[in-house]
Amino acid sequence: MYNKINENDIKTLCGIVGEGDVLVGAAINPDYSHDELGGIERMPDVLVRATSTEQISEIMKLAYERSIPVTVRGSGTGLVGSAVPVEGGILLETTKMNKIIALDRDTLTVTVQPGVLLMELAAFAEENDLLYPPDPGEKSATIGGNISTNAGGMRAVKYGVTRDYVRSLTVVMPNGEILKLGATVAKNSSGYSLKDLVIGSEGTLAIITEAVLKLIPLPKFSVSLLVPFADMKSAIEAVPKIFTSKVIPTAIEYMSRDTILFSESYLGKKFPDTKNDAYILLTFDGNTEAQVESDMSTVAELCLSIGALDAYIVDTDERKKAVWSARGAFLEAIKASTTEMDECDVVVPVNKIDEFIKFTHSLAKELGVRIPSFGHAGDGNLHIYICRDDLDDEAWENVLNNAFDRMYDTAAKLGGLVSGEHGIGYAKKKYLKSQYGQTPIALMMGIKKVFDEKNILNPGKICF
Amino acid sequence: MNILVCVKQVPGSNNVEVDPATGVLKRNGIQSKINPYDLYGIETALCLAEQYGGNVDCITMGPPQAKAVINETIAMGASHGAVLSDRKFAGADVLATAYTLSQGIQKFGEYDLIICGKQTTDGDTAQVGAEISEYLSIPNVSNVLSIDEIKDGHIYVTASLDDKNVKMRVSLPCLISVDADINTPRLPSYKIKKNISDNAVEFFSFNDFDDQDEKHYGLAGSATQVERIFPPEKNDNKYSISGTSDEQATAIFELLRTKKMI
Repeated sequence: MYNKINENDIKTLCGIVGEGDVLVGAAINPDYSHDELGGIERMPDVLVRATSTEQISEIMKLAYERSIPVTVRGSGTGLVGSAVPVEGGILLETTKMNKIIALDRDTLTVTVQPGVLLMELAAFAEENDLLYPPDPGEKSATIGGNISTNAGGMRAVKYGVTRDYVRSLTVVMPNGEILKLGATVAKNSSGYSLKDLVIGSEGTLAIITEAVLKLIPLPKFSVSLLVPFADMKSAIEAVPKIFTSKVIPTAIEYMSRDTILFSESYLGKKFPDTKNDAYILLTFDGNTEAQVESDMSTVAELCLSIGALDAYIVDTDERKKAVWSARGAFLEAIKASTTEMDECDVVVPVNKIDEFIKFTHSLAKELGVRIPSFGHAGDGNLHIYICRDDLDDEAWENVLNNAFDRMYDTAAKLGGLVSGEHGIGYAKKKYLKSQYGQTPIALMMGIKKVFDEKNILNPGKICF
Repeated sequence: MNILVCVKQVPGSNNVEVDPATGVLKRNGIQSKINPYDLYGIETALCLAEQYGGNVDCITMGPPQAKAVINETIAMGASHGAVLSDRKFAGADVLATAYTLSQGIQKFGEYDLIICGKQTTDGDTAQVGAEISEYLSIPNVSNVLSIDEIKDGHIYVTASLDDKNVKMRVSLPCLISVDADINTPRLPSYKIKKNISDNAVEFFSFNDFDDQDEKHYGLAGSATQVERIFPPEKNDNKYSISGTSDEQATAIFELLRTKKMI
């Protein structure tokens, strides 16, 4: 079905990007065989580092003509195996396309190349008194990767997700044709939204080579509240009630004492409070101090009235750093606490979060494994980790399959979906198929065929 | 055991602007906060009170609005606070500040231990603590890394002398300045903050003090005059060195040698 890369292909690729950016065999670092998901790896036949849209167009013309699979890779921080070249072929790295091209203050947009890191874009926006609201935990991910998975992050409660901030995309089609999808406009009713199809398509429909992103004025004030509860049940039951206060926090995160302790030992730094079993961390932002204080007080009072033990104020840079740096390290900290782990990134309606987390606790007891969790309580997107600890291969596989089947099944029954922000990639295909059923998957496959009839772009992912 | 912590209200952001004409910090419109270094002192005091019993009080010198930082220390767990505020205290350098604080401390209460932060983020002198101890005629230890024990009227501390740590036994009462990052300061409690009573914070002015000689306070009592305040220059010069580890090390060595740094 696919052709193997041959000497001529390598020569052509060298002609396009230069010899230094075409790597084969042992010259390719083994890290390129996988992303952050464990268990799935395959080395590409050739690694190509592109620096322009035109180069990518030329590479795709070759791949299309020769039927060579192409997998695009940013920083490789994905969690579902999306950037793993499961069919070999060309691994196309975009990290060298890392320029912030232009800031347009009239339209409040920024034009970026796909290899710009989220942390670079966030810092750039802030330097210009602006904010790029999507705030996924992995700050070293590329913007191209964020768009490809429609990444969300902690501020989604108030500001939405990556898709809400993409005005237009320059993409290269599988046959090498360069297209601009969308426009720098605030409204768009002009036919099917091809731009929105490409967002979240995990590199299966077209290759993003440039993006125009919407920014907003940087809110001048922000304050967080760390709200302790006697147990996780009381903490998560409080979350849906917070919305009844009609205050919309920027973020609502929940965390257990265990997770905080993992983070303490991982970072070698104490968290400001570990006396209680469960916490909710909320952030409020706005343009006046009075408004932010008032929002904070409203929610603090509400939390105290429904069983919170206190509400700790996180108001200075130092305090924010002490709390949020621990929150930012949770994933790595849980990873360091076990031998291996796999993650479930389900999203459920916000009023079902407590029910779902309680279910994971009973599941952990039933299966006899640790299932720590933390997550974006405010948007219903949960990060749940099944820890292998000392299980042998067979027991681990059984536990994993059983746990995933039951969790995705329960999430679906509660009106949830398979992935909130990590994507489907390779790892979650079967759960997507099982939840969506025949017709939606057939529609997805149809869309894929229209974009990529040769199935050369990131084959083996999402619905194929 | 009664502990007093000295705190200061400083600008809320590290990116403060200096008025080029007057050389004075532009404070208008800038949020303020407790000097971050003082938070380690407050946490140290609260932990000691939890362990050995007793109260933690806090004191500050500043304009009336400095009451906000005292309220914050109470929200963190302190019992009471004092604000030393008077126009006569304005323009004080480290010496006059330390003298004013020492006068205020004697009026505010009797303490077994006085704790200061290492330095402030807006003055960076790290002198006030040691000078207060001189005026109060009590022993002082700076750069304290840990408090190991309090026993039989003595405090046992480990302090940093840059190249070595030293363990010391100091008789109480005494003053210590704690290093940064020796603990993780607790967060202020909303629950306490909303219930702080009006009489939790006491104000003291010049008229309350024993020494009624105005020349010992404020600008008049200062041994030094500030000629100019300016933010430190930012140096954004970057050198990028590539190559193998050996090549990079050689290049760095050459660079340092030619710049006469080694």
